[in-house]
Amino acid sequence: MTDRFRTGDRVRVRTAFPPGHVRTPFYVRGKTGDVVSVAGHYHDPEELAYGRRGAPALALYRVRFTQDELWGSGEAPGDDLVVDLYENWLEAGHG
Amino acid sequence: MAEAHGHDHAHPHQPDIEDAAPSHYQLMTEAVAGLLVEKGVFTADALRAMLEAIDAKSPADGARVVARAWADDAFRTRVLEDVNAAASELGIDAGSIPIRAVANAPGLHNLVVCTLCSCYPRLLIGLPPDWYKSRAYRSRAVREPRAVLREFGLELPTETVVRVHDSTADLRYLVLPERPAGSDSLDEDALAALVTRDCMIGTARPRAPA
Repeated sequence: MTDRFRTGDRVRVRTAFPPGHVRTPFYVRGKTGDVVSVAGHYHDPEELAYGRRGAPALALYRVRFTQDELWGSGEAPGDDLVVDLYENWLEAGHG
Repeated sequence: MAEAHGHDHAHPHQPDIEDAAPSHYQLMTEAVAGLLVEKGVFTADALRAMLEAIDAKSPADGARVVARAWADDAFRTRVLEDVNAAASELGIDAGSIPIRAVANAPGLHNLVVCTLCSCYPRLLIGLPPDWYKSRAYRSRAVREPRAVLREFGLELPTETVVRVHDSTADLRYLVLPERPAGSDSLDEDALAALVTRDCMIGTARPRAPA
């Protein structure tokens, strides 16, 4: 299995609101950030939570967002946030 | 009991943990634990010992890892690759959930939160403080980290990047603070004594003794 994204790629978090044990916080949905690293491959927690296998394992990415991107304006221009997101929540980002 | 003294006053009530009705999840946890013991998956004593072992973990273990990283560059490199493996070199069992270090540097300050629940490197630095699990910390740390840090007594210049890490998934995060100025003469034990729990969450910075 090859990872869909690499370090440095721009990615956009899907704007989706599925029910269940979702590990993608609301505040990053629809936001665009940069892949900082691939943090490994893990079974899908949204499946594991219901006793399913969550296979195949998904790539887990550390994605960096500026505070400005998340909130419109941050407390200071350089501030940012890194969050761990599974591949099934990401699409290619632009700009 | 009323005989001991005349009763025209109310005694303050010491709240009991059972005062609130048990939640769905408390009941579920007790039922599952009871079933696992009943079916012989583990014994009640093994469960008790497991809880005792988790409760016995303390920030002192994490502090030893940080102090060694300050004293030994090669060890620091290994900490930045894999905290669990580096901790095991010091005889510390940090469990199997991967812990990653995020290093503070001149111009960069890291802060850890888990907005979804209370993910925390418990097997390395013990149980999280209550505020770490509070909705206020979890929501504000991502939205206004500088205001939160100010309330913890840490005012950072705007030139310093504040980087928040939201541990939403399979990894746990440990802040590797900067070694404080004026700590050159300290040995590793003395260095470890400077590293508090909050320094490893990112709500404080270690200070060398004046």
